[in-house]
Amino acid sequence: MKIFLSIAVMALTTYAIRMIPFTFFRKKIRNRLIQSFLYYIPYAVLSTMTIPAVFYATGDMTSSIIAAVIAVILAYFGLPLIVVALSASLAAYLTMLLLPYFT
Amino acid sequence: MHPFRHGMRHGISIALGYLSVSFSFGILAVQSGLTVFQAVLISVTNLTSAGQVAGVNLIAANAPYLELCLTELVINIRYALMSLALSQKTDASFRLPQRVLTSFGITDEIFAVASVQHGQIRPKYMYGLILISFLGWVGGTFLGAAAGSILPTNITNSLGIALYGMFLAIIIPPARKSRGIAVVVLVAALCSILLSVFAKWMTSGFVIIIAAVAAAFVGAIFFPVPATEETEAAE
Repeated sequence: MKIFLSIAVMALTTYAIRMIPFTFFRKKIRNRLIQSFLYYIPYAVLSTMTIPAVFYATGDMTSSIIAAVIAVILAYFGLPLIVVALSASLAAYLTMLLLPYFT
Repeated sequence: MHPFRHGMRHGISIALGYLSVSFSFGILAVQSGLTVFQAVLISVTNLTSAGQVAGVNLIAANAPYLELCLTELVINIRYALMSLALSQKTDASFRLPQRVLTSFGITDEIFAVASVQHGQIRPKYMYGLILISFLGWVGGTFLGAAAGSILPTNITNSLGIALYGMFLAIIIPPARKSRGIAVVVLVAALCSILLSVFAKWMTSGFVIIIAAVAAAFVGAIFFPVPATEETEAAE
């Protein structure tokens, strides 16, 4: 029951954030500090969610770090999201597959 | 072309991208102890990647509702800005029901595609764009959650990192172009590492809230967004 209530809390919060400004507010935000803060929030959130979690995302640190390094390199060269995401997975899988032969 | 089909066509690449990312979300949700039904229910009702990942981690940690609500608020507050910007681009046929309905589907990718369209957007265009993206998101979640228990652990563990790969692919290219974004990303990462090492009692939700708010404030104070970007975002 707690899980379903938690899902409801998540869904209602997320929906309210999207619905209220789209439906009721029509004025533009003019405060430059708030504007800039909101502009940077997605990057800040994604960064905190990724680091340090990405380093143990596969449950094994070696394969996670190798996958993360591959993802950073591919992202740096601007490859599409799907390519970066799947290459990270492939790198992690190959590392876990091959590592026992090297240790 | 009919605006609904036009929207569907624009949504195909979003749906394909969502399919692989939500697949890894489905795996993560089941690994965190949720059922396939609960995983799919989260995707149906939330339609947001970062918020769902954080939410599942908090549910697994048995976090209180207030922490869950605050975490979603901080992670998803960007949608408020996007909704605000997109509301300036809507045509006159957007009335209360259309607004209440389409606002559910404002994600980063849908906002990005819709906001670069020429002229004003129509409700039916948004319905098409959102519907196909939604199907990709929910379908991928179901497949990941269901296959997560069939596939070998090596494969499911590897697919679990795909989501973080996507996050890196979202933040790194703009960080190369903008020093402000680069500083925000680095400050956020540093705060997050420091908090998770030195404040182990702190749950992941509060680590995200504190680190992200601190980093975004540093960015807003030292690298305020130029006024021109403000008008572009609202166009």
